[in-house]
Amino acid sequence: MDSIKYLDPTTQFVLFSILKVMLVFAVAMTGVAYSVLVERKVSAWIQDRPGPNRVAPFFVEFIPVIGPWLTRLGIFQPMADGLKSFLKEDFTPSYVRKVYFWLAPAIACVPSLMTLAVIPFGSTLGNAANKMVIADLNVGILYSFGIVSLGVYGIVLAGYAANSKYPFLGGIRSSAQMISYEIAMGMSVVAVFLLVGDLNLSSVVDYQRGGLHQWLIWKQPLAFVIFMIAAFAETNRLPFDLPESETELVGGYHTEYSSMKFALFFMGEYAAMIAASGMMVTLFLGGWSSPFGSEPAGTILGGLVHIGWFLAKVAALMVVFIWTRWMLPRFRYDQLMDLGWRRFIPLALANILVTALIVAFTHK
Amino acid sequence: MSNAATTAPAPAAPPPVEKIRIKVDGRDVEVPKLLPNWQGKLEPTTMLQAIQIAGGEVPHYCYHPKLPVAGNCRMCLVEFGTPMIGPDRKPVLNEDGSPKIAKSVLPYEPSTPRGAIACATPISPGMELYPNSPATKQMREAVLESLLINHPLDCPICDQAGECKLQEYSVQHGQATSRFVEAKVHKPKAVDLGPRIVLDDERCVLCTRCIRFSKDIAGDDALGIVNRGSYNTIAAWKEGAFDNNYTLNTVDLCPVGALTSKDFRFKMRVWFLKETKSVCTSCGTGCNITVGSREGAIHRYEPRENDAVNGPWMCDAGRLNYKWVAREDRLKDVLIRGAKAGWNTALKEISAKLAAAPQGSVALIASARQTTEELFLLGKLARKLGALTDSVPRLGEGDRLLVNVDKNPNMNGAWLTGVAAVPAAGGRLGLIAEAIRSGQVRTLIVFGEDVTKCGIGTDLLAKLETLIVSDILPSATTATATYLLPGCAHAEKRGTFVNAKGRVQKFMKAVEPKGDARAEWEFLHELVHNVTGQNGFSTIEGLFNQMAAEVPAFSGLEWAKLGDTGVTVQI
Amino acid sequence: MSTKVVDRAPLTFYERTYLPAILGGIKVTSKHLFNTLVKGKAVTMEYPEQKWVVPAGYRGAPYLVKDQDGATKCVSCQLCEFVCPPKAIKITPPGPEGQPADRANAEKMPREFEINMLRCIFCGFCQEVCPEEAIFLQKDYSLTGQSREEMIYNKEKLLKLGGTHAGIQKWKHKLEEAKEQETFPVPTP
Repeated sequence: MDSIKYLDPTTQFVLFSILKVMLVFAVAMTGVAYSVLVERKVSAWIQDRPGPNRVAPFFVEFIPVIGPWLTRLGIFQPMADGLKSFLKEDFTPSYVRKVYFWLAPAIACVPSLMTLAVIPFGSTLGNAANKMVIADLNVGILYSFGIVSLGVYGIVLAGYAANSKYPFLGGIRSSAQMISYEIAMGMSVVAVFLLVGDLNLSSVVDYQRGGLHQWLIWKQPLAFVIFMIAAFAETNRLPFDLPESETELVGGYHTEYSSMKFALFFMGEYAAMIAASGMMVTLFLGGWSSPFGSEPAGTILGGLVHIGWFLAKVAALMVVFIWTRWMLPRFRYDQLMDLGWRRFIPLALANILVTALIVAFTHK
Repeated sequence: MSNAATTAPAPAAPPPVEKIRIKVDGRDVEVPKLLPNWQGKLEPTTMLQAIQIAGGEVPHYCYHPKLPVAGNCRMCLVEFGTPMIGPDRKPVLNEDGSPKIAKSVLPYEPSTPRGAIACATPISPGMELYPNSPATKQMREAVLESLLINHPLDCPICDQAGECKLQEYSVQHGQATSRFVEAKVHKPKAVDLGPRIVLDDERCVLCTRCIRFSKDIAGDDALGIVNRGSYNTIAAWKEGAFDNNYTLNTVDLCPVGALTSKDFRFKMRVWFLKETKSVCTSCGTGCNITVGSREGAIHRYEPRENDAVNGPWMCDAGRLNYKWVAREDRLKDVLIRGAKAGWNTALKEISAKLAAAPQGSVALIASARQTTEELFLLGKLARKLGALTDSVPRLGEGDRLLVNVDKNPNMNGAWLTGVAAVPAAGGRLGLIAEAIRSGQVRTLIVFGEDVTKCGIGTDLLAKLETLIVSDILPSATTATATYLLPGCAHAEKRGTFVNAKGRVQKFMKAVEPKGDARAEWEFLHELVHNVTGQNGFSTIEGLFNQMAAEVPAFSGLEWAKLGDTGVTVQI
Repeated sequence: MSTKVVDRAPLTFYERTYLPAILGGIKVTSKHLFNTLVKGKAVTMEYPEQKWVVPAGYRGAPYLVKDQDGATKCVSCQLCEFVCPPKAIKITPPGPEGQPADRANAEKMPREFEINMLRCIFCGFCQEVCPEEAIFLQKDYSLTGQSREEMIYNKEKLLKLGGTHAGIQKWKHKLEEAKEQETFPVPTP
């Protein structure tokens, strides 16, 4: 550890950033794998089923009580799923536009992971210089919106490249839906930043860290609701999963995909959910701070607790994402558009106006 | 040449036919008074013939239009009536002036109708026939019931099932259940009647068609009925003695499953067989046949009625001559000097060789087993190359009924297309051998023959520069071929044969060729196009019509006009 | 004419906020989640451990049966092959040189009898059409194999799986009846 101290600050920063990137990536990927499991389990329970309960490495059966219990819980299912996506036949239909067909899954998957870069997932670890955010950008929110808007290209490209009617319809729906809801989403957060007065996401957390009563969800409930619903639309989750609606479009934009390429779309979707949850936690639910108020941690343990709070909040939101899937039926396309353009955009605008007026009159 | 076939003088108008007016099921019908019997002699029209002319049908077992009438199965019983004649020998009239009809009844039981066997009862003027009346139906039902009393009902193992008159009539005219409770009479099963025939006496309805055919058509009085009453059985005069060249026709004739073919026994159920109209290739008669095949395998030949050629019969030798089509050693690959090659390469090389060959340096030996279209294309090729051509004669024994002395199915086709030597095929084979020996002929084309067996030995073949052979089965000639082109059996392609009497008959494709084999006319068409530069037809219809336009004897013919039974041309 | 116009009341403002739908959704899903997770009321039958009781008259895999003497009942009439809608049955008839039936008087049995269980749709037409009561749809429903070839069951396998089905032995009966009658033809003294 000592040798690190003698490196110049730039090298230290680079090394530390690489470490953070790797850690965040590992946690996000594990999170993706286990959100799939949670999704399958919760879905199963809501549908009176046990869910995945078979897969286990051979040695688990020798562990008394806990082994069978973990198996029953499906803890090892994600490993099998991951292995399966590598081993399945990677089939490229003859009629697809090959280059785009191969490019689309990557384009769909990467932006959702990149959004994670600006989210502060903890206060500090060790010393005050080690901020728990990969890139502490002062235009963090703009960066994340910029990156998120790239995600639609993957899906549109997949729909176009497949050269087949269902993916094409899925791609078209996706582009319209995502562009529409991005507007509502963007406008909803304007009010938040009016209050915070800084575009840096770390400052947003700082603004809220006084405790539960400081959370922006209380000051901006409307913005939270709009942001959350728009997040559902952005991540193509039910009730807004029109781009891939199985009952209408077979599988939507990823109908023609299989094996690892399909897995990339899948991972992209769940990574986007995690990113959206993280963003919501940061903007409205106090980020890494505990509900009882927190100062930036001085000790390593305190830093880990803050990371723990963040992850717990994200996990809770993920469950909401998953649960909502079974609560509401899919929206009709016109209802979706109506909700986006004729309800949320005016509401978000009004919210900005009201917030701006309040800020203008109360600002010292 | 103007078209000979169409401008032939019209046959003299037939003499006026004397007609009789009768009523069938209440409808007025006019039928000829006399009709030809099984031998073609005019005899009084029977009730059965009259009903058939009227468009009705009478079920029957023993009656067959090409056999003498026996009238023993009683299945064709029909209720009828004749005009009533008064004591004054004048017809009795109804009140409306129509003649009064006296229905035929039992002599002392006037309320019971008395049918007559339609196959043997001549009609008379004014007669009324009731082939669908309740009484007729009841008679049929009763006859069928008594025929089925001792029937073993073993359709699941009977080869006739599916084409059995007993099954068909049981469905159409029979009862659903049996009233017979006593033990059935059991008779011998699987009796060896002859080398090709098995007899199951329990299934026999004793119609005697087989006996009449053997005696009156085949001229071999080998069968008869022995024992009495319920124990009546068909038997050969000595066990296994039913052995003439026409025995298998009795299997076709047998309306039930009593006589079955040893060759077809337990081989395939008839309802699976795809029936393809074809022509027998075993001799110059060209009997019309139906090829029964399933999934690419030929299971049997059956005669197909054509009164101009074979009637409803065919010989056993021709009928059983189908197994070579499925032989394992059939030629399946295109070979260039013994190495496997593709059609395109082989045809390209052959075309180049032939196009470059000097006039007269090519000889061609065709086979009179090939179709007329193929011989026509070969003739074109030979004329372009100035080639010596001939075909191989194949003479054997004939008989008075169907078998021809010429064992080539298309000798006339070979003559008419100018490929075979005139007047006797094979006359130029010696000339060709001599030309090879002298070195004048450098290229020999052989189609479907083994020339080593007709004077052109392997020593001569070795002197050739190029030997182009197309055949179906391997031989000494195919073994030495420079280019070996696998051809098709007649059942694997379409085409026409001209039989010994000059009847042009077409045949259809029943099964797919084996391996890479292609119909000869297909690749010959390509070859002729490449060598002569003439455009031809790539369909058999077009090719035939082109041949009809170019070969004088066929002028006026068209593929479509040949029909199923062919057209006779002047030879 | 027979059209019925259903009265669809316009949604109230409260309904248009989607709130009742969301609350209803929460209620239903929570109830099921609670029932499954806490009360353990999952409806799934966990297959290899729990097995389904096959009801009487169930149409499982078709197998050939033997009679009480252990003889093949099938006489190769090929009616099942003909009637089979997915063409799963393939029978090779004995042909003229084939082995006769393994019981007296029946004359015929299949040389080979194959059912492609991958093609079979368990419709039961073969059983219905069989004049010899030689094929029955039995209780097996879970047929597995490592290859396509393995899923083509041959005569030997089908007979082994099918077991015995006692019934009227009509061919044996016929033979006995024939033997009871005076010998034929009547022997001359």
